[in-house]
Amino acid sequence: MNKITNRQAICECLLEKAKNDRDIVVVCSDSRGSASLAPFAETYPGQFVEVGIAEQNLVGISAGLAACGKKVFAASPASFLATRSYEQAKVDVAYSGTNVTLIGISGGVSYGALGMTHHSCQDFAAMSALTGMRVYNPSDRFQTTKLIEALLKDTEPSYIRVSRSATEDLYDGNMDFTLNKANVIADGKDVLLVACGEMVPYAKKAMEQLAAKGISAGLLDMYCLKPFDADTLVEKARDVKLVVTVEEHAPQGGLGSATAQALSSRCPKRLVEKNLPDEHLISGTNREMFAYYGLDDAGIVKSVEEAL
Amino acid sequence: MDALTRKSYELRRDIIEMIHKSEAGHVGGDLSVIDILTVLYFDVMNVNPDNFKDENHDRFLLSKGHCADALFVVLGEKGFFDKQRAIDTFSQYQSEFIGHPNTDVNGVEINSGSLGHGLAVGVGMALAAKMDDRTYRTYVVLGDGEMAEGSNYEAMMAARQYRLDNLCATVDLNGLQISGTTDQVMSSALLAEKFASFGWNVIEAEDGNNCAQLVEAYKKAAACKGKPSVVIAHTVKGKGVSFMENEKKWHHGVMTQEEYERAVKDIEEVLA
Ligand SMILES: Cc1ncc(C[n+]2csc(CCOP(=O)(O)OP(=O)(O)O)c2C)c(N)n1
Repeated sequence: MNKITNRQAICECLLEKAKNDRDIVVVCSDSRGSASLAPFAETYPGQFVEVGIAEQNLVGISAGLAACGKKVFAASPASFLATRSYEQAKVDVAYSGTNVTLIGISGGVSYGALGMTHHSCQDFAAMSALTGMRVYNPSDRFQTTKLIEALLKDTEPSYIRVSRSATEDLYDGNMDFTLNKANVIADGKDVLLVACGEMVPYAKKAMEQLAAKGISAGLLDMYCLKPFDADTLVEKARDVKLVVTVEEHAPQGGLGSATAQALSSRCPKRLVEKNLPDEHLISGTNREMFAYYGLDDAGIVKSVEEAL
Repeated sequence: MDALTRKSYELRRDIIEMIHKSEAGHVGGDLSVIDILTVLYFDVMNVNPDNFKDENHDRFLLSKGHCADALFVVLGEKGFFDKQRAIDTFSQYQSEFIGHPNTDVNGVEINSGSLGHGLAVGVGMALAAKMDDRTYRTYVVLGDGEMAEGSNYEAMMAARQYRLDNLCATVDLNGLQISGTTDQVMSSALLAEKFASFGWNVIEAEDGNNCAQLVEAYKKAAACKGKPSVVIAHTVKGKGVSFMENEKKWHHGVMTQEEYERAVKDIEEVLA
């Protein structure tokens, strides 16, 4: 079982790239430990900025650095980064098109029993609504690394959500990766599962369990929430009876909404959206919450069987 | 030993038990702020389970909400709920005693946990008292790392603008935050000067873990008219457990059984 988290994968990738790139700058808000970016701060102190517990300042300063030629990675808990500094993200980053990658760490319900203030169940919606912002939720560490490498090749703003815990490996270092193209994990005849981030391994397990029950499911890893890969979705959805989305996010404005929007206009299809409810969530670990809200493999299998 | 100090150490024992059982919580900041909470709840504020629903009870906001653990044992001790249940279920599956103050818990005024919110909410509560001619006072406790949030300075301006002498902030100035000392991360030096320059009445408690000094500080705050007051409490993070004092790693940390026993022993020695 893989123990390397996606945030560690980001740090390793940035450490490697910074060897030959003095313009890579990491900015943190008393978050370098939780972002696993302490090794970057120690190795490249001259390319690291600490702003203290001040997320608006974090994003504003990042935009200023980027406007002067830096390639900025700003990391803070997704809950605070996506909403506390929302206007800085809107104006200074998205609208101004500054070369800032916002890294929302411990996304979704990673923080478990720390509760609603620490959950980020609206970050996809909030960030997707900003003109000029791209939104990603990679699944495993290999996809995360490919994503960071790809983002370093352009100068457009983006928001990435990563989880706190390590995700099971789905790919390897030689995986196919094209920016803004969903990864097709499997094709299926009956159902298409569409998942992102930490939900992808659960969907994969569900797919295997469904196969044992004689139900053929395909699986799309839709790490690119914006720009949303509607082409691959429509292509894979065309011949199935049912599409099921699985996301660690509120019902509004995330993967389910984007999927519904794309399907309704291009390929009307029965759709079941699995997500976290629009209410105060129970306390527990993230795994306990996934099970409670039916986002784990058992919950996905159940929804598919009910809908078919 | 005076009664307040005794209580603060008894509550420290509860915190240690809660943290050890749950393997969660923010023990360093709890031990730093517990004397402030003890003095406010058991000496200064007019709030208890019987008057909590009355419009005129004193308001308390824990803006450094990650120290809910400390607040929960204090509220339990005050009789808002069964303290032992809070200790036993803290941060567990389906418990209302999550890692931050939330209004599902009796005695909590407003949800917190995102830093830099409490002072503005406190300004609102103090303004409402002025509007309605009520005599209740509003107390807000902040962390020194938390003082990097710009929202605090907007609230400081508003509190002075509206001459909120019924508002009293406390900064738990322990010199540490998650990534290191506040000096390394974002300095909290000159905090007294900052508040003073915003027109606040500044009261310093040289030893912010000393209950008698805190009692005096809050008396001065209550006596000050025409402007808001702040108590700058110079505290020690992890106070009362020798191996946790001034150690950054105990911001949140899970104790081994041996560490737990040493922590309890340190506290028992003070109580003996
Ligand atoms: C807006 C916001 N940003 C970040 C955090 C994460 N966080 C929780 S506690 C903490 C450090 C707090 O330091 P300080 O205010 O000094 O409190 P203390 O040392 O007394 O625990 C941080 C960064 C948060 N809860 N809210």
